[in-house]
Parts: sequence; C-alpha cells; structure tokens
Amino acid sequence: MKPFTKFESRLVPLAIDNVDTDQIIPARFLKTISKEGLGDQLFCDWRYDAEGRPKPDFILNQPRARGAEILLAGDNFGCGSSREHAPWALTQFGFRAVVSTSFADIFRQNSLKNSLLPIVVPREIHAELFALPPEATLGVDLAAQTLTLPDGRAIEFPVDSFAKHCLLEGVDELGYILQQETAIANYEARGAFAINTLRSSA
Amino acid sequence: MNQARTIVEKVWDAHVVAENPGAPTLLYIDLHLVHEVTSPQAFEGLRRRGLKVRRPEHTLATTDHNVPTTGRGLPIANETSAKQIAQLERNCEEFGVTCYGLASQRQGIVHVIGPELGLTQPGMTIVCGDSHTATHGALGALAFGIGTSEVEQVLATQCLLQRKPKSFRVEVNGALRPGVTAKDVILALIAKIGTGGGTGCVFEYRGSTIRALSMEERMTVTNMSIEAGARAGLVAPDAVTFEYLFGRPYAPHGADWDRAISRWRQLASDEGASYDKQVEIDADQLEPMITFGTSPGMGIPITGAIPDPSAIADPIERESVRKALRYMDLEGGKPLLGHRVNVVFVGSCTNGRLADLRQAASVLKGRKVSPHVRTLIVPGSYEVKRLAEAEGLDQIFGAAGAEWREAGCSMCLAMNDDRLEPGEYCVATSNRNFEGRQGPGGRTFLASPLTAAASAVAGVVTDVRTML
Repeated sequence: MKPFTKFESRLVPLAIDNVDTDQIIPARFLKTISKEGLGDQLFCDWRYDAEGRPKPDFILNQPRARGAEILLAGDNFGCGSSREHAPWALTQFGFRAVVSTSFADIFRQNSLKNSLLPIVVPREIHAELFALPPEATLGVDLAAQTLTLPDGRAIEFPVDSFAKHCLLEGVDELGYILQQETAIANYEARGAFAINTLRSSA
Repeated sequence: MNQARTIVEKVWDAHVVAENPGAPTLLYIDLHLVHEVTSPQAFEGLRRRGLKVRRPEHTLATTDHNVPTTGRGLPIANETSAKQIAQLERNCEEFGVTCYGLASQRQGIVHVIGPELGLTQPGMTIVCGDSHTATHGALGALAFGIGTSEVEQVLATQCLLQRKPKSFRVEVNGALRPGVTAKDVILALIAKIGTGGGTGCVFEYRGSTIRALSMEERMTVTNMSIEAGARAGLVAPDAVTFEYLFGRPYAPHGADWDRAISRWRQLASDEGASYDKQVEIDADQLEPMITFGTSPGMGIPITGAIPDPSAIADPIERESVRKALRYMDLEGGKPLLGHRVNVVFVGSCTNGRLADLRQAASVLKGRKVSPHVRTLIVPGSYEVKRLAEAEGLDQIFGAAGAEWREAGCSMCLAMNDDRLEPGEYCVATSNRNFEGRQGPGGRTFLASPLTAAASAVAGVVTDVRTML
C-alpha cells in the first residue's frame, strides 16, 4: 500500500442520506473475479440512463467532478452490503476521501484498507461544506487529522490510531497479523476446536 | 469477583489472541464462511503472497449469490456467473477448503446452511464476506460481515484486528398478535432507530417476545441487524437453541454435547451487566410492517400512511425521502394498502427457511395467486427444499399458481436471472429495498411471508389479518 499523503481538492457534493453500497456499485458488477475496472461503474444507475448514456444532471457527470478527490456525502454513507467493491470503485474513480456526518461500520473499515479516508465532521461544518461554491478547495492532512476550509479554518477529525499509522506508513495489515504467529499458535494450542468442516463423519 | 459481563464481552474475551499497544485486538475466528462473490480477490491475494489457508477445517464455502434457481442439471447460462462459481470451486480445491457447491445436497444460502448443519454454535466467532452474517447471532454467536481484505486476512491467519464494539440492548416484550411475525419486529426496530441507529454497536436481543420465538424466527430478527447499522446481533442461547442444534451434522455428540451445553449455559449476559445504549419495543402493540421507500428504515404499519416529506425538518433527510418516493412513484400522505403488485418474492437469508415457507403456505393453501402477480418461492437451501417438499408445501404453492424454485439468494439481489423489470412493484420477504436491488428500476416493499402471500393472492398490498 502506498503511504497516504496530504492533498487539496475540490468537492463533489452528493446530498443524500443513507447512500447504500448497492448504489455505489450495483450487485450485477460483483461477478468479477478482479478488483479492477470498477471506476466506470461507480454510481452506475444514477450516472447512466438505460441506454448507458451519462445523465447530465448527475454530479459525477458534471465538469466539477473531473479530477476531484473528495466526495461530500450525506449521513450514514456506505450502509448495506459488505462489498469491498464500493471503496474499490470510489478510489478507481479518483476519490481519496469521503466527508460525511457518519459512515456505516463495514464500509469505513473497508475504506481504510484501501487508502480511502472516511472523514467525519460535525453537522454544522457538514452544512457549511454543502454551501461552498463549486470551485472551493479543501485540504486533507491525515497526519494532523485536519480538514482545512477555504477560509483557513482547520477542522479536526477523528481517525483510529492504528488505521492512521497503517495509512501514513503504507503498512499492510495482513503483513502485521502474520508477524503475530507466536500469539496465534499459542492461542490455538490452548483451545479445543468445536468444529471441523473436514470431519468425514459430519 | 469478576465484573458483570454481557454475552458479547464473554465471547470477545474468550477469543482475544493478542492485545498490542497501539493496535486493535487480535481476535480469533472460529468459523469462516465463504461464498463466490466476495472471495475470488482474497484467494488471489493468498496466491500472490504464497500463503495457505491456515485452518481449512474452520472454513466452509458454498455458492449462493449467483446460482440459477431453475434447471439445476443444465450448465449456467450466464457466462460471468458460471466463471465466478467455477472459480470458487477451483479455489477451494487448490486451498483444501470444503465447498458445498451446486452438486451438493448441502448447498444453500450461506446463512441458512451454517445453522442448519450445526456449524453455527453458541459462543463462537463467525465471519463471512457478507453483511447478513449477523444471522448466526440468533444462536448466541458473535457473527459479523467483513470485506474482501478481511476475508484474505482470515483465510491466511484465522484472525482479525478488531476494536471492541459498543453494546446495545434491544428489549422486546409482549405477545405478538395474530398476523404479526418476527419480520415485523425487526422492521419496527429499524423504523424506530433508523438505518444508522446501531452503527458502532452489537445488538443483544432480549425480552419475552424474543424468548418466545422459534430458532428460525430469531434468525429473521438477527439477520437484519445490519439494516439498523449494527454489524452483529445476538440472542443468548436457551432451551430453544439447544433443541434446534441437537443431532445436527456438525453439532457436538455424546459426552461432547453435554460439555457443550454446560459451557453454552454460561454465555447469557450477567445480571447487572451494563450497556452503552438501549431501546424498548412493545411487541403486543405491533402491526404487520411494510416499507414504502428505498431504505429499510422507511417502514410503516401496514394500515398506516406514507409519510409526507414536506413535514420533515432536516433538509437532507427531506430530500432523501422525496427522492425515495420519486423512485417508488408514491405520494406522501397516501396509504400503501391496495397498491398494485407485479411480483411477490418469498425467500432469502431473512425469510427463506422452513418456518417462513410454512407461513406463506398457510395463506396460499386453498387460494390462488392473482393472475397478474408473478410469485416466486425460493427455499434458502437444498435441505429446506427437501423438508418443504416432504410436507407437501410445494404442492400448495403449485396449486396456488406460485413458482417453486431451487435454493439460492435469487431475487433478493438479482445477481442471477431472477429480477424485476423496470417499474415493477414487488412485495419481498428479503432484507433490502434499495434502488435497483431487485433489478434496475425495480421497486421493493419489504414485508413478512404472511403479508407477501396475502398480497400475492389479492394482487395488491394487503393486510394479511383480513385473510386469517
């Protein structure tokens, strides 16, 4: 994983609460056995009409979305299915952060594992962000845990300390767990396992 | 003397592998369930790193999301589905994982077969790359959905890095009135606390209503915990749990069974254990519930009116409900009763078990489904299908004019050929009414198997209590 660096970007506002992962990437695109090629299908059913033509009124099809790296979303973003295809699609489109008042648990965890930063801000800041002009840019600094507004105010946001460390240093979580081999082996040596799916008598 | 602990804390504490400063708890996973959609990239990751599956005997795979529910003997027509299903079988073979694929009599929806085979047991930690893993909590297991990166981690290490969740006590008391089911209880909870109400928490379902539910009904409740934002939801094991598990293929036998029972009896939350949040539901006041919108929290009693968005103060919330009503082509302030229905779907990991099929059959027996309603009855597993046929439910469905299918996720998420046409309305016993969930442009009303069957007969959204 590449280290997560500071950046500045315009916002793509999507003022809808409870956006579910079925909207972020519909289930019919989950038949892939690869992680790639999902960016074009991001928000597919909101973004394209039945003939596959881009809908001009959808925000991702507007000039302001081009090159933007921050999605400004409604409350409880990423609810529903556990599909990691959702952060894959968002990052492949070019997003590096999503700003909201809250995120669904599984989506948040999946995002952090894919260098997509979920940023929770207070309600009043959230409302202010939606009122910004299209050309406004925000600064994202994970090390300082701040979101910098166009007027220079730096808004602090929470982030899990371990996830922050992994993102900033580009640490691979599986690599970290593999280093815990002794602890895992010790745990296994203690326990009598209740199940065995390979048991022939079952 | 130890501090009073909840069932979640007891299961958690028993699975701590390591606590390292600055890192989340390393938690051991007893059972890892795998399906074709969220696993291929994880197996590919193992291959790339040259890793093995650490505990294939703690891992079980099946095919459910993509599988056709017709013509089991034929090759799968959809090429990409066929490829993904074949990939799972190849991966399981290569990594030594047991796979109950399409040819197996144990195939079925992953959350139906786990409990059915006795693999799901009280006190376990269970994960699957699927958000409805919460289902297994009905048996007193800490079971939650994970993403594909975590699937790879569990395959490789049998462990996950997790922060301890907050505890949320859901107290449900009172006797359910005729026509009101476990599905109505969970839809009422989600409507009450919202789709994000349980975020960061694990539910513990308690109270006289929950105790009076059968094991299968409890699974309907825990299944939809994620629809209220909670990754997991548990019911402490009791005599109902033990009776359900006894004699199942993977359940302990003989002296092991007795030892297991005495261990499982210790799991219930201690008197005086504290919770971070709580909510109470008066079940004796509940009516059959139905959703009107595109989020499971948009539910109303079946005799109620669709909310009027102009009465909602918060601007984003108001616009979200407006957007949902536009998508559903419904008007605020109007009733849902009597609204036309094109399709009825009875099935899924929420309501695809024998008890659910019996509910649907109790309404359909001696009646016919409306000629303009396509009615699909999809058993949750091969075993559910066998049992239903043994008691003649398939005959009842057939005589009523409903289609009796093979096991799979089917029209819950329309990854196979079972899907709505754009603009169609479906009363579905599944768990999600998201836009396009049952097919692009399709519109979903979530309800119980009783309500679904009654609506199939009448051809419109119907209060089942008029047919009891």
